[in-house]
Amino acid sequence: MGESQVWKSIIRSGVPRTRRQRMHAILGSVFLHLHPARLPKHAVKVGYTWCMGGLSFFLFVNLTITGILLMFYYRPTVEYAFTDIIDLAEQVPLGIMRELHRWAAHAMVLIVWLHMVRVFMTGSYKPPREFNWGVGVLLMTLTLLLSFTGYLLPWDQLAIWAVTVGSNMARATPFLGHEGPGAALLAIGDINLIHVGSDVRFALLGGRFVGEATLLRFYVLHCIGIPFIAMIFMAVHFWRIRKDGGISGPL
Amino acid sequence: MSEEKQAPRAAVGTTTSQDPIQRRGFFRWLALGWLTFAAATGGFFTVIIRFLYPNVLFEPPQTFKIGFPDEFSPNSVDTRFKKKFNAWVVRDDESIFALSTTCTHLGCTPNWLLTENKFKCPCHGSGFRITGINFEGPAPRPLERFKIGMSDDGQILVDKTKSYKWEKGEWENKDSFLKV
Repeated sequence: MGESQVWKSIIRSGVPRTRRQRMHAILGSVFLHLHPARLPKHAVKVGYTWCMGGLSFFLFVNLTITGILLMFYYRPTVEYAFTDIIDLAEQVPLGIMRELHRWAAHAMVLIVWLHMVRVFMTGSYKPPREFNWGVGVLLMTLTLLLSFTGYLLPWDQLAIWAVTVGSNMARATPFLGHEGPGAALLAIGDINLIHVGSDVRFALLGGRFVGEATLLRFYVLHCIGIPFIAMIFMAVHFWRIRKDGGISGPL
Repeated sequence: MSEEKQAPRAAVGTTTSQDPIQRRGFFRWLALGWLTFAAATGGFFTVIIRFLYPNVLFEPPQTFKIGFPDEFSPNSVDTRFKKKFNAWVVRDDESIFALSTTCTHLGCTPNWLLTENKFKCPCHGSGFRITGINFEGPAPRPLERFKIGMSDDGQILVDKTKSYKWEKGEWENKDSFLKV
């Protein structure tokens, strides 16, 4: 099989037999090449890394699959959103897909924080890994934003008021929020350029308060926008682990 | 591939007579190219940001009529406009004013409790007097009042685009209440 044209067109190298060929097989695959071609012995010491990065990625994949399945039933409108969530538990086969998504989301926030704790406690943010720490902080922020945007989708009282309170923080954005420092400076004569109908919160909510437009915006951000950005930075994150000297281990 | 060495074509003869591209001309075109690219990219992102601000909002209007002054009885809170317009209309002994229903703590909507004669926020327990002044819970300042006035047909007109804050002394402004 290793000699057939189909195999060779996909894998290029034959069945790898030497170290060099094994290395080529890893480097020749778009999925495997993000990983190191050879692992140091300490990389499998779970007591040191807690496997928190791997578990974060596992939960992300888990959430992507369950999330796509939920999209087949959930409609992001004021009329249907809440009842569709009820239906997902009571009418849809297996009934636990939404719970899987919800609990995996909670777990991912927890695990990402523990990943940060581990990296911090082992000093793995130090040079040459300082850039990847920055990418990691960004990924953590994206994780929290995914959690925040997903929070609104059940469209119950908790969701609406939590997002009302949360998005009110955007009012205080410097210059771009209508209650933020410097916003009053952006004016032509008596006309304020930054007001409740033109600031950054308005762009986030698609209106002056949390409503139908907000539900749709948060849905799009939750399902497409933020996962898309997160995937790009995850690829950078994994690749940089390899480029920055491999997974960190005991000195 | 032949074994014998061949000189690259560009190295044969002098280039000055054949090659019209000079150093200065090259940089001129390069600068123009980069400027065009930067302008196109800037325009692209400007359009994307503008796209996020809708031209039409499917929200209740910011300015609305609430009826004639004698429809509001003294020392009462009218909650009819709370759900649609996020405003309470309050009439005290000498004036009518429109209070914002947005809690000044974190932006939830309080409830008017008739028996206790106060506004109470369900989120974190902030309490406000009928005047809108805060007296309990975490709210740091009184509720805001909206601009209020008379329209041509004698009805009261509330304009939510302008609000008045007590802590700035704006409740003295004659547009923030209606003398009755």
